Amino acid sequence: MKIHISNGRVIDPANQFDRPADVFIARGRIVAVGDAPAGWGHDGANATIDASNCIVCPGLVDLAARLREPGFEYRATLESEMAAAAAGGVTRLACPPDTDPPLDEPGLVEMLRHRARLPGFAHVHPVGALTVQLKGERLTEMAELAEAGCVAFDQANRAIVDTQVLLRAMQYAANFGFAVWLQALDPFLARKGVAHDGEVAARLGLVGIPVVAETIALTTILQLARETGVRLHLRRISSAAGLDMIVAARAAGIAVTCDVTINHLHLCDQDIGYFNPHARLDPPLRAPSDRDALRAGLASGAIDALCSDHTPVDDDAKQTPFDEAEVGATGLELLLPLTLKWASEMNLPLVKALARVTTDPARILGSSCGDGAGTLAVGAPADVCVFDPHASLRVTRENLKSQGKNTPFLGAELKGRVRCTLIEGHLAHDGAFA
Amino acid sequence: MPTLPDATQLCTQLAEIMRPHVTPKTALVGIHTGGVWVAECLHRELAIALPLGVIGVSFHRDDFSQRGLHKGTKASNMPFDVEGAHIVIIDDVLNTGRTIRAAINELFDYGRPARIDLAVLVDRGDRELPIAATWCARTLTFPASQTLALERDASAQLAFRLIEK
Amino acid sequence: MTDVVLAPQPAGNPQLNAHGELQHLITLDGLSREIITAILDTAQPFTEVAEREVKKLPLLRGKSVFNLFFENSTRTRTTFEIAAKRLSADVINLNINTSSAAKGESLLDTVDNLAAMQADMFVVRHGSSGAPHLIAQHLAATGRDYIHIVNAGDGRHAHPTQGLLDMYTIRHYKQDFTRLTVAVVGDLLHSRVARSQIHALLALGVPEVRVIGPSTLLPTGVARMGGNGGKGKLRVFHDMREGLKGVDVVMMLRLQNERMQGALLPSAQEYFKYYGLTPEKLALAKPDAIVMHPGPMNRGIEIDSAVADGAHSVILPQVTFGIAVRMAVMSMLAGN
Repeated sequence: MKIHISNGRVIDPANQFDRPADVFIARGRIVAVGDAPAGWGHDGANATIDASNCIVCPGLVDLAARLREPGFEYRATLESEMAAAAAGGVTRLACPPDTDPPLDEPGLVEMLRHRARLPGFAHVHPVGALTVQLKGERLTEMAELAEAGCVAFDQANRAIVDTQVLLRAMQYAANFGFAVWLQALDPFLARKGVAHDGEVAARLGLVGIPVVAETIALTTILQLARETGVRLHLRRISSAAGLDMIVAARAAGIAVTCDVTINHLHLCDQDIGYFNPHARLDPPLRAPSDRDALRAGLASGAIDALCSDHTPVDDDAKQTPFDEAEVGATGLELLLPLTLKWASEMNLPLVKALARVTTDPARILGSSCGDGAGTLAVGAPADVCVFDPHASLRVTRENLKSQGKNTPFLGAELKGRVRCTLIEGHLAHDGAFA
Repeated sequence: MPTLPDATQLCTQLAEIMRPHVTPKTALVGIHTGGVWVAECLHRELAIALPLGVIGVSFHRDDFSQRGLHKGTKASNMPFDVEGAHIVIIDDVLNTGRTIRAAINELFDYGRPARIDLAVLVDRGDRELPIAATWCARTLTFPASQTLALERDASAQLAFRLIEK
Repeated sequence: MTDVVLAPQPAGNPQLNAHGELQHLITLDGLSREIITAILDTAQPFTEVAEREVKKLPLLRGKSVFNLFFENSTRTRTTFEIAAKRLSADVINLNINTSSAAKGESLLDTVDNLAAMQADMFVVRHGSSGAPHLIAQHLAATGRDYIHIVNAGDGRHAHPTQGLLDMYTIRHYKQDFTRLTVAVVGDLLHSRVARSQIHALLALGVPEVRVIGPSTLLPTGVARMGGNGGKGKLRVFHDMREGLKGVDVVMMLRLQNERMQGALLPSAQEYFKYYGLTPEKLALAKPDAIVMHPGPMNRGIEIDSAVADGAHSVILPQVTFGIAVRMAVMSMLAGN
């Protein structure tokens, strides 16, 4: 299968490439960007994609997308969420271990990888549980899990309370060179909390989660990371104070990366409005000043990557009072338009903005996900997203392919519509003529 | 357009019509708002012994489900024992009779009067309920498109005015 | 359950209808001075109904009012029941924490079931902040927003009829809100009553509202909590003696039993010593100050019996006014 993507503006952040060019694909790989490669042949391509007025970029890499398998198939299935990923231009995603049962055994990881290995499905990289059952007590068989395909180890949103276990987990992961991904949240300070501890929570009578719940946990995690030398990635940073600590830690020589979610990049506690359960998120949406610091931090590179934190939740679990609502928002299909919205509001060149959802998260995934992730370099897998930056997408239940219709952006009109998504040269989503 | 009667004169006329029927046990109750002005005038002219009662009909209006609670809902005040009393309800204009029905209902919330009479300045007809005034100073007719309203100026002078609906 | 979806959040105040009139009473947050004053004015004639031989009005005749109490409160439920019955409504009491919630039925399933029984009004008490908002949005999304909702207390969020009856009481004794200094004392963190009081006081033009309590019982950012755009300011005091100096109105809050020991407070005794209202502390307020309490009182914990039963106390009139205010609210909603 030979594919020729013509007339598009090609943006490949990994190579600082941004200009009109054609892309040539053969046998699932990029074979040329610019002129047709030697031997393209007189017969030319089997298929041509006209990318006029469109941007051609590497398929998006999402560091957190819950596929809800195993255990929560009533909320979403691999099929529905893979369709959502393709519709959102996401071609590679890391899948957190908070499934049921959690991804703490090689068999579960192999099963997930096997189920996801279909033409047109995004590359799925499971993140293994750091402790058995995510209970924070016993270490998982990390090496076995890595062999089964785990790219990192994570505690989901269940903190390890016992600092000795956390120290050992980091030591053990560092021993094999595995990355540890953690969300910084002190479970005691966050107890029963459902919203940022500030004016809005005070006014609405919601139990608050203070910023110190993040910074106290960060202090512990960063000290232990320095002690162990583990490759640390901090997920879902929510506060300006937390970000400052990460920046300072990096300056002090601690190897640490971090990400922020699309929701925290654009929203704050005021967006809870009249108890909108879609704004019930973990960590909570914080103050406007925190959101502004996160936006600036992602632009400056202090925050490495932007993720969707995709969490499909069924209606029954959201149609409840705010404090009883399940946390999370669907996001795979919003990652690209919300990246573009941020870029345009911050006046950022697209090549820089798109780096945060392509080459930067690919770097965090590391070499275990294979060469050429998140780039259009010659020889890389032909994971490509072609989108029209001017066409708009109305976020409605009907338009979302994900089984989760839960997002605070419901009703919004966002710029940036995916025309087609290629995964290893397979046409995974074709919205070009829709 | 017919000339409107002088409200003050009508008050005096009504007082004269009522005078033979007034006893020391007679109590006057004016309906908010115009009826209270007339009642104050009659109370003076007839030198009624019992204090003047006022009645608001918002709680018993039959158009609540269509129009809701009226703005400026007025409280009733019965400064005498309603039980066994002879009560004269006073209003400015008698028309459909619905206000009077509501006023009677309201009165009964305070007790069981021995007798209730109705005195009005003007009866403009077009009744929708089987209600009649015991005493009335003037009978007039107007097109249904017009409302006859009693007004009181800063010097407490009463005057009628016709308002196109 | 009716197949509906969580609609995008509505713009504007969800308790007002298209004409800006009250459709539901969910919170005093965001209600204008005009609307609050109109409710208080309407309540006035209702206070007098209690003194009549026949204490019943026909305004809600033929209407069904459902008292939906997901959290037990005999006292509050009774006041709503009396108010609705005096308006001639049929009142149906449901204590849901003992029935369907235990069987796993969702809040909105319960609402759908009761709505199908031709309810005209729901009086809702729920342990979660925002539950009445959820019900209102659900009814609106399913075209049944002719059913009115009265919030009888949701979580820590709001208790608007309590706030209104408190305002009625203050107006009764002090007339002009714009010359008052009002103190709200005690556990504001967990108090839906305090939140409603503060919004109403500021909306009605009280120039200075003082909140008094230990830091552990005050919400973060309490000083910026007033949201009605009033000009009044909120001042925070941790020293009760300092905070009571020269106030016209002292509004005490109830301290729940479960908060009396643990990490919020060391003991009820210590709380009483520093934050209980005693005659000696009350002497710091204006000589004609009034003392209020939403009930039920913990004598000897937040308030001394000598104050609760003393000359400054208007706690029992509050209860009487409460019926009239609830009658006014129900009649206004039913008529809008």
